[in-house]
Amino acid sequence: MFDLTGRNALVTGASGGIGGAVAEALHEAGATVALSGTREAPLRELAEKLGERAHVVTADLGDAAAVEALPKAAAEAMGSVDILVNNAGITRDNLFMRMSDEEWAQVLEVNLTSSFRLCRGVLRGMMKARWGRIVNIGSIVGATGNPGQGNYAAAKAGLVGMSKSLAYEVASRGITVNCVAPGFIETAMTGKLNDEQKGRILAQIPAGRMGSAQEIAAAVLYLASPAAGYVTGATLHVNGGMAMI
Amino acid sequence: MSDIADRVKKIVVEHLGVDEEKVTETASFIDDLGADSLDTVELVMAFEEEFGIEIPDDAAETIQTFGDAVKFIQGAV
Repeated sequence: MFDLTGRNALVTGASGGIGGAVAEALHEAGATVALSGTREAPLRELAEKLGERAHVVTADLGDAAAVEALPKAAAEAMGSVDILVNNAGITRDNLFMRMSDEEWAQVLEVNLTSSFRLCRGVLRGMMKARWGRIVNIGSIVGATGNPGQGNYAAAKAGLVGMSKSLAYEVASRGITVNCVAPGFIETAMTGKLNDEQKGRILAQIPAGRMGSAQEIAAAVLYLASPAAGYVTGATLHVNGGMAMI
Repeated sequence: MSDIADRVKKIVVEHLGVDEEKVTETASFIDDLGADSLDTVELVMAFEEEFGIEIPDDAAETIQTFGDAVKFIQGAV
């Protein structure tokens, strides 16, 4: 049903849990994938596992020049970028009163500004092709807020507003822009939580468990597919019922 | 008509789906030829590719009519 044969996808943060699963899902559906991240070794490992139709394009998303160069590098490797998945993200958690300008700026730069730049960078090709899919990975905390994550929640909420605005502008050109907002997913990022924190979180999840990276990847695959051509400006919440919004 | 004007006209006709007769010297892309703001961005992109030139944003803003486009491109190639 979700066939991506002949489509070329750029996935940022592909060395992480969710990004890796997204890349695998798109690849399995037939897409050629460009795996991006800061660390080359895990990207190479994933590319080898995927085999054919997998490229590695490293980039530090905190570096504006590297971000600008990324869509070009991906297009050179694959021929075009038809699907962009802005998944890369960092956290610099701190209580609001203690949060430094630097912690704020770093999180906004990587999680929001780099996504803006990458969207801008891939649009030209998508407009010409009259087809494109942009999926931005948000977060439940962008909608609900979370203590200690003022910066992260601001960036993730910002992605939603950005995506909707861009969705308006390019809808007539066959390009959709959507967000997937994961709840608590088993990854390295949530692995840092202690048992007490995990227990408190689980008590708030109707499904009674954390989600898997594959469950996020499935949502991305849907939005990236031709089947989702009439879905744009939407945020698909995948959170086990933790926030029914 | 110059070769450049012909090539520009071809792009405009193809992109905006208008009759060739309507693409006159003073025809405004937005007011006369039915372009929206995104169309004008795409036209500029198409001009850049056709003629192998860079049209900076501030220059692009001054290109309102078919005549403007031809004049700018003649000066840039």
